[in-house]
Parts: sequence; structure tokens; C-alpha cells
Amino acid sequence: MTAPFGRRLCEVAANQATGGYRIFSLLDREGPEPEPGQFYMLASEEGWGEGGGRPFLPRAISVAETAPAKEGIRLDFLIEGVGPGTDRLCELEAGEGVWVTGPLGNSFATPKQVNPVAAGAILVGGGIGIAPMAIWRRHLVEKGIPLRVLLGFRNEEHSGGLDELFCSGGTLCPDVGLATEDGHAGHQGYVTDLLVMMLAGDDAASAVVYSCGPPAMLEAVRALCSEHGVACELAMESPMACGFGACFGCAVPKPEGGYMRLCVDGPVVRGDAIAEVAHA
Amino acid sequence: MPDFCGIQLEHPVINASGTYDAIVARKVFGDELLEDFPFSAFVSKTITPEPRAGNEPRRIWETPAGMLNSIGLPNKGLEGFLAEDLPQLADLPVPLIVSVMATNREDFSRMVADVAARDEVAAIELNVSCPNVHSGLIVGENPAETEALLKVLRPLTEKPLIVKLTPNVAAPEVVAVAAESGGADAVSLINTLKASAIDPATRAPALAAGHGGLSGPAVRPIALQQLRVVTAVTEIPAIGMGGISSGADAAEFLAAGATLVAVGTESFRDPKAGSRIANELETGVYQRSLRI
Repeated sequence: MTAPFGRRLCEVAANQATGGYRIFSLLDREGPEPEPGQFYMLASEEGWGEGGGRPFLPRAISVAETAPAKEGIRLDFLIEGVGPGTDRLCELEAGEGVWVTGPLGNSFATPKQVNPVAAGAILVGGGIGIAPMAIWRRHLVEKGIPLRVLLGFRNEEHSGGLDELFCSGGTLCPDVGLATEDGHAGHQGYVTDLLVMMLAGDDAASAVVYSCGPPAMLEAVRALCSEHGVACELAMESPMACGFGACFGCAVPKPEGGYMRLCVDGPVVRGDAIAEVAHA
Repeated sequence: MPDFCGIQLEHPVINASGTYDAIVARKVFGDELLEDFPFSAFVSKTITPEPRAGNEPRRIWETPAGMLNSIGLPNKGLEGFLAEDLPQLADLPVPLIVSVMATNREDFSRMVADVAARDEVAAIELNVSCPNVHSGLIVGENPAETEALLKVLRPLTEKPLIVKLTPNVAAPEVVAVAAESGGADAVSLINTLKASAIDPATRAPALAAGHGGLSGPAVRPIALQQLRVVTAVTEIPAIGMGGISSGADAAEFLAAGATLVAVGTESFRDPKAGSRIANELETGVYQRSLRI
């Protein structure tokens, strides 16, 4: 599946606060439905570079969910204002224009595609990295693949998106387990504590782990899976100017030497395809 | 239809070397890329005699109206390029210009001869923003080095040789004149401006390499002035580039004496920027006043 060539103007359908984040929805009249793990390059039509200054480059944002709309599809993103680009996206209102290129990059593979003997999936999301886990969870449920979801948050403010993406009828979906650093919900500690317990189980080897979250968490997930001989796929992030292989900015080291371009060789990467997830 | 060194082009907008990977873009966007190819000629990423992995990340950093990069010329090397990439680039619907770089005249000669020998190649761009390992001088910063290199390469091919000028000199026109005297068919300018940024949060250089090259609209007035002084003293055609984002920008460069213009950073923001800019030029939307 290829993306439509070039950028297209989409309309903001909604932009709602959720904890410290925003659920940012676009109406995409032309694009194909994205696969879980894919991302888009987003830039507002107004107030983005034309007067000079910043933001200048489009921002790469993973898709959190998609649904049919009256004309086309709705694309949902989870966005935190952490700089001039995401701040600008956060302040957009319904009806404003957004330049969109995508869907870009690869997507998650089913447990059987990753490992022929794997039967189930363990999804591990941290903070704003829960976004691609949401669309992937829905696809797995629709495919009838057994799964368990582990989500970790620093605190309540940083659990934005949880209610919209992992709850049904106001209740947390039964396959979702929580860990919070401040202990306001679920296990007090890291989400990787929950993963350690799951990987210690007898049937862990028949699962594939899928993860997205802060780099330190992703590296912990990669190392744990490697230690337990469990295959994993990580949705990663890297500084990216273009999203289609042109700028060579999003280099990620390969274990055998050299670099991959995360925009086209990722953003979903097998745990054994990278040396480690670089983190501060 | 512009004539560039005897090559007929559909419009005056091409890409800047290293800013568009047409092979990968075709995988991302499909054959729609070929049906609506944004450029009237395609310039390859610079190839070097041996494969290069490129620089350690972090490689890019957004700056006001632009960006820094220190990519480090990742490429498959001459052999890999000729065997794997060139046949795929030959599928593009436009003439192909191959950018080459080496750190000594022997390697440069081998690259020019081997690349020029291929029918798929219409012209060669010489990336001279590199040191000559024998003299230690950056070739493109030194008129004598530039002229001497051209005198060695000129007899190797009848295909057009384009010298990519660096802006990191006091007088780019002196280097341009030297390239012309050495037998260059054209010059292209500007390459990126040496620049750096520091991450205020960590107080460390933003890029792993410490510094990089600045591109985007931030450099446009500098590029335009360098183009003016170069075209004032040379007869050979010039390809103007540096932050071109619209037909209006392209019109400025053409008015300053460029035969063609090249688009680089803007393609990152808009994958079809090349055709948009060519269309804006043709329809004259740029003719509105820019004074206020």
C-alpha cells in the first residue's frame, strides 16, 4: 500500500483536551486507511513557516485510531505540546486546515508473521506512546488474536488518551493493566514491572511483544524480551524532516553497522534489528 | 522549455542533490511519483568511491525558517550505485544528473569516467565541498584547487560538468571563474552554509557532529546575492538554489541570472514542491508585489 503522492489539505474535525494531551482529529477525504504503527507528517495550513521562524518542518505523528466518516475517514492523533510544532497543532480549532502527508512507514506484523508459533500479543505502551497501541489493539481484537495490554503513566495528567482510547462505556477495557509511577491507578511502578511478571509465565514464549513509549522504556522492553527469548516489535521515534526517505535525518544504528532510515525502514522495528534504543 | 548545456528540460525546476531519494520515494508513493515527477531533471545524492554509512545521529535540527543537517553523505559507493541505483534511476521520466565526490584527483577521475560512460547519465555534478587529502585544502574553497581539478576531469568526458559551489568563502565568484577556466560547463550554488545550534536544555551541540549545514528560507537572500556576483562574472549557466519555496522565490533566482533553479528543503515539507513551484512560475502567480 502506498501513500497518495504529495501533501493534502485536511480539516481539523475536533481537538479535545485529554489530561495533559490533546486528541486531535482530522477529516481525511482522500487518504487510504492507515495500518497500525503508521504515521503522518502534519503541519498547519496557517502559522507554519510562511512568515519565517518556527515551526518550519512538518511533525511526524503516529496515528492512534481511525474510523469511517461521512466523507472519507477520521484520523485521531494523541498530541502533547512540547515545542513550537506540537504547540501549534494543539491550538488548532475545528475547521482549520492541516497539511497531511501519509500514511507513511511500515506497520505492526501479526504475532504469527513475527513468529510462526506465536499465538498471542502483549502490548506495552508508555505515556503518549499508548497512541499506536490503541489502533493495533483494535485490529488484534478484530482478528480474534488473544492479547494483553500493559500501559504505564507518570501520573494522571500524563495518562491523557486513556479514557478515549482504552475504555468502553466509561470502564477500562478488561484486557488492559495499568502501572503508574505515582500510584494513582494500578500497580505503583513501571509498566515494565508488569511485563517482567508476564514474561515469567509459562506461555510467554508463545507471545509477541509490541511496544511504544519513551526511549528508556522501549530499551527496557527490548532488553527484557531479548533476555526471555520473546520476539518484540518497537514503534520508535527519531528526528525527521520529511517522512519519505529524502532527508536522511532519522538514522537509527543497525547492529551490523550502518544506519536504517526510520521513516521508511520503520517506525516499527524488530527488537533484534537494532543494537539498542538510544536514550538519555 | 529551458536548454541547459544542450539538455532540453520541461521546466526550470530541478532538485538539489541529497534532498530527494527518488528510489525510496517511489516505494512510498508508488508510480504516481513517476506520472507527476516534480522535477525536470533529477540530481542524485552524492556518491563517493567507497560506501559510506553517514554520520552518527543526531543529524538534523530545525532552526528559524530552516534546518541544520550533518548527514555525512551515506551512499552505496561507486560500484553499488552503478549496479543497483542507476538502473532504477533510469526509470525516471527526466534526464539524470549524478553528483560525485572524492578526496583526490585519481578517485575523482575514476568516478567521472565510470559515471560518464553510462548512457543513463546526462550530466555530472562535482561536489567539491571536500578536502583534497594531498593538500588538505577544501577544493571548492580554493580557486587554484578547483581549476586544477577541472583541468584533470574535463578531458574525461564530453558530458556537461557542473561545479557545485560552496557558500563558505569570501568570494564565490573567484571560485566560479576558476571552475569556468578549468572547463566547467555550469555552476550550481549554493551548497549549505556552515552553521551550528546548541540545545539550550543540555548546553551541548544540537548535532552529533557539532556543526552542520544550514538550508531553507533562512539562507535565501545570501544565496541570491552569491548567485548575482557569480553570474555577473561568468558566461556558463548557473543553477540557483537556497531556500526556494515558491514560484516567487524561483523568479528571483531566475532574474538574478540562473538558468535553472533547484529545490531542496522545501521538498521535505511538500513532496511535490518542485512541480508546485514550476506551476507557480508558469502561471505567474509570483508577479504580485512582494514589497509589503
